[in-house]
Amino acid sequence: MGATLVEKILAAHSGRDKVTPGEIVNADIDIIMCHDVTTTPAIELLEKYGIKRVFDPDRIVIMPDHFVPNKDIKAAEMVKRIREWAKEQNIKNFYEIGRHGICHALLPEQGYVKPGTTIICGDSHTTTHGAFGAFATGVGSTDLAAALATGKLWFKVPETILVEIKGKVPDGVYAKDIILKVISILGVDGATYKAIEFTGEVVEQMSMESRMTMCNMAIEAGGKVGVIEPDEITFDYLRRTGVEDDFTIYRSDDDARFSDVIKLDVSEMEPVVAFPHLPSNVKNVSEAEGIRIDQAFLGSCTNGRLEDLRVAAEVLKGRRIAEHVRMIVIPATTEIWKQADREGLLYTFMEAGATVSTPTCGPCLGGHMGILASGERCISSTNRNFVGRMGSPESEVYLASPATVAASAIDGKIADPRKYL
Amino acid sequence: MKGRAIVYERNHINTDEIIPARYLNMDNEKDLAPHAMEDLDLSFQEKVKWGSILVAGENFGCGSSREHAVWALRGAGIKAVVCESFARIFYRNCINNGFLAIECEGITKYVKNGDEVELDLERGEFRNINAGKTLKFHPLPKFAIEIIEAGGLMSYIVRGSV
Repeated sequence: MGATLVEKILAAHSGRDKVTPGEIVNADIDIIMCHDVTTTPAIELLEKYGIKRVFDPDRIVIMPDHFVPNKDIKAAEMVKRIREWAKEQNIKNFYEIGRHGICHALLPEQGYVKPGTTIICGDSHTTTHGAFGAFATGVGSTDLAAALATGKLWFKVPETILVEIKGKVPDGVYAKDIILKVISILGVDGATYKAIEFTGEVVEQMSMESRMTMCNMAIEAGGKVGVIEPDEITFDYLRRTGVEDDFTIYRSDDDARFSDVIKLDVSEMEPVVAFPHLPSNVKNVSEAEGIRIDQAFLGSCTNGRLEDLRVAAEVLKGRRIAEHVRMIVIPATTEIWKQADREGLLYTFMEAGATVSTPTCGPCLGGHMGILASGERCISSTNRNFVGRMGSPESEVYLASPATVAASAIDGKIADPRKYL
Repeated sequence: MKGRAIVYERNHINTDEIIPARYLNMDNEKDLAPHAMEDLDLSFQEKVKWGSILVAGENFGCGSSREHAVWALRGAGIKAVVCESFARIFYRNCINNGFLAIECEGITKYVKNGDEVELDLERGEFRNINAGKTLKFHPLPKFAIEIIEAGGLMSYIVRGSV
C-alpha cells in the first residue's frame, strides 16, 4: 500500500522508510517560527530547565505580530524579552517593525517555506504553509520550547482526509467561500487529529495566495495540517521569492490510504458567510443579506494578502462605504502594504472611507486596532467567529471573503459582492 | 483523584472562551486564573471554589493553540478535564504540561454540576459518587502517560527520554 504526502514527510523526518497513522514519531523540525504571544513562555521554560542554547539559531524565525506595534506595557515587555533572547541566542531572523508582518503571510513571502519540510509555530494557523506541500502545524509553548531545545518534536502520524474540489468557480466565489463550505461539510471537529489534503482541478488552478487561504483554515475543521501537492504554481512562487531549488517534493501515491474522500463541486456555489459563533455555521450570502453591520474588517493570515486587497479594492473603487460602518484594512505584511500602495489600492480604500493600518493580527483575535463593543456586529475576512473573538462576548462576527466584506461595507449590511464585480 | 464536577454540556468550547486573547499579554498561572472561562461563564470563579474536575462536551479546547488555556484552568484549581472529546492542540498541551485530559464518551449525560466524582486512572474509570454510576474511559496512550508521569514534556526531554 502506498503512502500519503503527509506520511512521507513524517517518515523522511524521523529516519524511517514508512510510517503508519496512529504511531508516534519524533520528527526533525526544519523551521521553528516564533511570535510574540506564545514565545515568552517557551523562553521561560528553557530557562527553568537549564537549557542554555537553542538547537540551531538559523532554523528559528521570529516574527512578532499579534500585539504589534505593542498594544500596552505588558505586550511591550514580552517583545523586549524576545528581542533580548534572540540577540543572546544569535538568532538573526528577527522581523522588527518596519519589516514585520503577520507570521503566516511573512514566512512564505520571505522564502522560509519549502515543499517537503516540517514547520511548527506556537500558533494554530501554522497549517497555512501546507499550501507548499510542507508539514506545518500549530503547537503550544511547551512544544515550542522542546523543539527549540532539541530540533525535534513528537507527533502522532495522522490519517489523511482527501478533499477533492471540482467544477468551474462562479464569479464572486473565492477560496474563502470554498474553504468555509468545506468546513461546513466536515464540521469544526471533522478533521480532528487528521490531515486534510486538498486536490482537484479547482485547487490546481488556484494561486498560492488562495491555496494559503484554504490550508490556513484546515484548523477550523480541527485538522492537524492542510496540504496541497506542489506544482508549477508553487515552483513559480518559490522562484519569485528567491527560494533555492534544494527541496524534496512528496506526493500521495495512487494507492495511498485516505480515511475519507470528500468531493465538492463548486460550479453552483454562491458566495457564503459563516454566522456566529462557529466557522462551520455557513449559509449562502442570500440568507445573510440585509443583516446590519457596524464594522468591516479586511486582513489577517487568512485574507490579508495582495490578491485579497485587489479584489476588495475592485469592489470599493469609486464607491463609498456606508456612513455608519467602520472599515479597517490591514495588509498582512510590510511588503504587501508597499505593493498595495504602489498599485493605488490603499488610496482606493481611504477614498471609499475605510482606514488602513500597519500589519498586525490585532483585531482578528480581539487584541487591538478594532475591538468590538457589546451588541456590535462585524463582517470579517478572518478565520474565527467564536464568542468574544473580536471583543465583547456580546458582539458578533460573520466570516466572509474579502469581496463580501467590501460589498457589505458599502451597503452597511451584509451584501452579495456580485453586484459590484 | 476526587473532586466536585463543574459541568458544561456544550460542545466546541474554544480556547478564546477558556482564556480570552485580551489576557495573552500575561503567561503566569496566577495572573490568568481569575479570567478562566470569563467569556463563557462568569460564575466559573465561584464554582471552581467547590469543584476541581471540569466536565464538558465534544471538541473541548478547539481554536487557538494558546497553552494559556491549560495554565488558566490549572491556576484556577482544576485538577483534570474530562470531556466527550478534545481538540488536538489543547489535548497535546495538557499532556505536555502533565495535566490530566481524559476522553470519556457519554460523560455529560452522567454528571451534574456539583456531583462528587472520582477518577481512577489505573482502572480507567470515572465514578459519579452521588449518582452511584461508573463510566469507563479510554486509557491515555502509553507515550502520554510517560510524559505525564515525568511531570511534562520538558522534564521528559531533560531526562533524555526523547
